[in-house]
Parts: sequence; C-alpha cells; structure tokens
Amino acid sequence: MKNYIYKIVFLFFLITSKSFALVTVDITRGNLDPLPVAISNFYFDINIDSNLKKKNIENKIPEIVQNNLTRSGLFFALDKKSFIQKPEVAHNKPRFEDWSFIKAQVLVTGKISLEKDERLKVEFKLWDVVSATELSALAFYTAPDNWRRVAHLISDKIYERLTGEKGYFDTRIIYVAETGPKVNRKKRLAVMDQDGFGVKYLTLGNEIVLTPRFSPTNQLVTYMSYYKNLPRVYLLNIETGLQDLVGDFPGMTFAPRFSSDGKKIIMSFAQEGNSDIYTMDIKTRVVEKLTDHPSIDTSPSYSPDGAQIAFNSDRSGFQQIYTMKSDGTNVKRISFGDGLYGTPVWSPRGDLIAFTKLYRNKFYIGVMRSDGSGERLLTENYYQEAPSWAPNGRVLIFYRETASDTAGRGGGAKLWSIDLTGYNERLILTETDASDPSWSGLLSAK
Amino acid sequence: MQKSLKISFIGHFVILFISSITLPFLMGKVQAPLVISVDLVQIGDRTNIPYAPKVLDGEKTDKKTKDRVVTNQAPPKIVPKEKPDAVPLPENIKQIKELLEKRQNPVKVENLDKQTSEFEKKEIFDPNKISALIDKSKKDNAEIEKKTSLEATQSQQKNVVVSKLTITQEDAIKAQIFKCWNIPIGLPYNENLTVKVRIKLNPDGSLISSEILDQSRMNAGGQTYYKILAESALRAVKLCNPLKVPPTEYEKWKEMQLNFDAKEMLRG
Repeated sequence: MKNYIYKIVFLFFLITSKSFALVTVDITRGNLDPLPVAISNFYFDINIDSNLKKKNIENKIPEIVQNNLTRSGLFFALDKKSFIQKPEVAHNKPRFEDWSFIKAQVLVTGKISLEKDERLKVEFKLWDVVSATELSALAFYTAPDNWRRVAHLISDKIYERLTGEKGYFDTRIIYVAETGPKVNRKKRLAVMDQDGFGVKYLTLGNEIVLTPRFSPTNQLVTYMSYYKNLPRVYLLNIETGLQDLVGDFPGMTFAPRFSSDGKKIIMSFAQEGNSDIYTMDIKTRVVEKLTDHPSIDTSPSYSPDGAQIAFNSDRSGFQQIYTMKSDGTNVKRISFGDGLYGTPVWSPRGDLIAFTKLYRNKFYIGVMRSDGSGERLLTENYYQEAPSWAPNGRVLIFYRETASDTAGRGGGAKLWSIDLTGYNERLILTETDASDPSWSGLLSAK
Repeated sequence: MQKSLKISFIGHFVILFISSITLPFLMGKVQAPLVISVDLVQIGDRTNIPYAPKVLDGEKTDKKTKDRVVTNQAPPKIVPKEKPDAVPLPENIKQIKELLEKRQNPVKVENLDKQTSEFEKKEIFDPNKISALIDKSKKDNAEIEKKTSLEATQSQQKNVVVSKLTITQEDAIKAQIFKCWNIPIGLPYNENLTVKVRIKLNPDGSLISSEILDQSRMNAGGQTYYKILAESALRAVKLCNPLKVPPTEYEKWKEMQLNFDAKEMLRG
C-alpha cells in the first residue's frame, strides 16, 4: 500500500513537470483588416533606352499593382512619401527596420531591364518585413507595350502568395456599353481589363446585344443578339472577331452561358410560349434538351465540376432557383425565401450560387450555398442584377441602374463589384453606361 | 401510581443532572463563537500568498493526478476563479477539521467560510472590474484591456490556484495575438489547417524564439495553404513582441505553444 502511494506521488510529479513544459493557447481568431503593404517604386536598370524611360513605367507598374491590391479590400497600401529606402537599395536588400518602422508588414520591390532581344524584363520581389524574409521573387518577360499586363500578373502573384487564394487581376470583363437616349439606345459589346483600362468595342451597335458571357477557359464570348428580328444566341471569338450563330433553332434562344470546361453552351430555347433548357457542344454542334416542363425554365448555369446545373423556373408559380444533374434529372428547388429569385450563377469555387432577388420592389444581389442554405444578401438597391463571379469566387461584378427623375434624366447603368463580405462595394469606371458584365477566367491560366 | 410518579421524577432528575455535567453548553466554560472569531483573524493572515498556492499547485496540475490524489486524501477542489471564497485553502481545512472535532458544530464552519469570503472581497472585486474594462476596451481601447487583464491575473493569483494559465491569463495573451494576426482569407475553411508555433519568452515578455512545430510540412510540396498560414502566424507572434505577460510565475509561460486555426473565422 505504501509502495502504491509512493508510485502515485512519483507519477504525479512526473506529469506535473511535463504539463509545466508547454502551455498551449488556441488562437482561433484574428483580424480581417487590410494588410498594410508597402509598394516601392520599381527602378530601371542602366541598359534601358530613353524611349522606355519616358513612359515612366517604373512608377506606373507599382501604381497598378497598388490599385489592384487596394481595390480587393484585403490590402492597405502605405503612402510612398513615408518610404525611407530608395527603390534600388530596397530591391537588393531591404533594411527591414525602415519598413517595419512605418508599420508595413510586407514590401514589394522591383526592377525593370531590357533583354537583348528587345523584350522587357520585369523583376519583382515580395518581402515579409516582420519576419525579415523574402517571400517570393519572380521575373516576367514581355513585349514592352505589354507592361500593363505584367502589372496585373504581379498583382495576382502577390495576392495569391499572401491570401492563399488565386488572384483575379489578370482578367478581362465583357459588358454591354450603352450610349444615346433612352428611346433609341445604342448597345455595343465592349471588353476591358478588370480595372477598366483598355476598352475595346467589339460590335458597331447596329443590332442590340444582350447578356454577353465570357468563356471561363478562353477568349470566346457568347451573347444574345437579333437575327431577322429574332433574338438568337451567338458565339464570338474576341481575338479573331469571328462571329457565329449557335445552333439552328426554329425560334428564340437566349440566356446563354458556357459550361465550366468551355466546351458547351447552355441556354434557353423558347417555343410557343414555353422555354426549356438546351445545351450545344461547340465543336460537334450536337444539341441536347435538358428540361421538359410547361413552365419557363431559363438562366442555366453549370457547377464548376460540370455535374450540376442551376437555373430558374416558375414551375412553383413564382420564379425560384432550382438545381438538377447535368443530364436533366433530379430537379430540386433550392430557394425558399420570400420574393422572386433569378439569374443563378454557380461560383467557380463551387460552394456558392449567386443570384438576383426581387423582394418588396427592391433588388438584391445575394449568395446561397449550392443546397440553398445560408442565403446571404450582399447589396440592396433600386435596380441591379446579373452577378458574375471573378475567377477566384470571391468577388462579384453586376450592374446597377439608378432611378431616373421625372424629366427622364439620370437612370444610367453602371458596373459595380462587391466581395463576399458585402462591405467592399466599388464602382468600376467605364467610358459609357454599362450593363450585363461578365468576368473572364484568368488570362494566364490558358 | 405514587410509586411510578416517584420513579419518573427521580429518573428525570438523574437525566437532567447528568446532562448538566456532560453537555458542554451548560458548563459555560467553552465559548465557541469567541474562540472561532479569534481563530479567524489568524487564518485570514495565513491564507495570504505565498504558502497556499504552492501546496495546491502540485495537487491539481493534471487531471489524471488529481483524480488519483483525490482517492487518497482530502479533496483539493478546483477553485473556480469567480468564486475564490468557495474552497478553503489547505491550512484552513486542517484548522476547520480541528475545530470540527472539538466543537462538532458545522454552523461555525459556515461562519468561517463566510468570514473568509468577506476577507477576500477585495480580490473578488477585481474580476468584475476587469470584465467591465474589457467591455470598454472593445471600443478600440487596446491598451486598457491588456493592462487590466494583467492586473487581474496578478491579483487572482492570490486565490486562484492553477497549473496552466488561468483563463484570464490565457485570454490576455489571446487578445493580444488576435489583434496581431492578420488572417489570410483565401485559406480553405473545410480543411484541417492548424499551425502550431512554439514560442520562448523572456521574463519581460519579449520573444526569444518562435518556431513552427511541424517544420516538415512547411517545406513539403502541395502545402501552400499551410505555409501561408504558418507565415502569417509567425508574423503575428513577431508583431506582438513583446507580449504583455503575467508578472509572476515565469516558469509557467516562459515557453508556450500557440495553435493557430482560422477555420471558425473563415467559415464566417
């Protein structure tokens, strides 16, 4: 018995001393404040010619990077005036004390030089100021005119390295540019970089165009326009300008969208007041009918794995969102809230479906999980619709129309973006009024 | 009839006589309340640090050991920090036992407890004050929060006996790191990503070293998320340097393991 007690006492001290060794504290919360980042100006290598120097891109590239990162809402760019070190010194070996002094947590530096074959070489380095280490260092080679794109690529790399999520800056947005008076509105297809620069108009505006959608994998666009006074779905290659009618349907086709692998187009085809959902393989032109219901089924959108399709239908009496398998079976209603639901768009991440909701004369852009749970309304306004996901599934672009006054003034449509938090809402500046935006996939992913 | 009355009378008298001798309260010698009140003052003086914590310290460091010990000797109860008066310290226990044996009067014990609690009211007050202050500090007053929670841990060490950090101490450290940790928002919330960081601290709370415990995973391919999380955790630890630490019991917190897990936050 005595022995037993001794043993207990011994064990007891053993365990005690062990538990003293390492106190554990669980850190399950942190802040989601924008990360303070210092983006130093880049610098020219000595071999650069004066023509390039005039373009001032050593300041412009960091500026684009800074704008991209700031607009994402996840980064806070520190004022360049507070920077102590010169760009060339910082790029080679930053004095981290100088940067942590101004409360920077990460630092971006860069160098621009010219290769022998006249290509531009843009080097950048990302530094962890707090841990005093280099996080990444990359160089991009490109034609000198392409420097803007390099800035977007750098932004993506930084975004991905710090958040763990793919960026979305090296992307483009296609939209409908609207000009002219309300009664005789001219609508043209336009494409621009995601930051609003480099606008190109793709159609002349003779025919009305609606609902352009980017292929997630390449430079194809599908949209609706009129052919012999009948709305039809078209396919357009924005590099070559080649345009093509999709399918030979004896009636109206609309609401087109690409499948996530970019190989099919899914759309609505209306006949005798009833519309159903069809797909067409772009290469083989084989058409398949997916729904067969006397109600209006429209706005189909594939899940990223291609196994399911979300669409809206009024088969319950009101317009609601449904999902089905990609062969048209297993139709399930997923939206059950008050109001009308439309334009479901499956997130590229697969977890969420974005939608437009009309409730008590207000329009909402919201998201729900793909089973219909967890509905979250991100923004409310007089009129807004057509959300489209950025390729990383974190930001949505949509368009919003403001109410026009009694004299018919105002009431223009503009593009807006909002992230999943619902707090970071931003206007995307366009030359003209703009509607029906669609976000491309990452250009570099091709 | 007369006879039985007499027997009853004598019998009652005998009982009364015996009880008047044996029952203590009739003797007038023992003045229980007085003795106890005198004792109380002494106990109060003794219950101050540092003796008490040491004794209990060992006894309840680990749950397993605690259980075993409990089977063999008087229960060293866990002291919930909000009610430091609930459990008498070991010296008290002994004295209480003595008293109990002498007096067999539980009321007095209760009285004693009550007295103790009154004596310690100063300490009880602190946690309340702290929680109030922490509430206030939520409105962007970081400094006050840190300060008060530390004050709290300091004062509570007198009565709350722990082997790990107290909840307040732990909270104080958590609160600091929460502010320093900028969560990488792109991490998947459905994967199990926990980064364990071991930190070593100086007595003033400044950082000697910090290291990722699962270093191999850090350098393994395909662990991008883990790496990004780990880097952010290391940044958090360094940004929080020096940590505001409890002023005493350096042995306890000179080395800590911080488990960083952003799942809850990311799931929203």
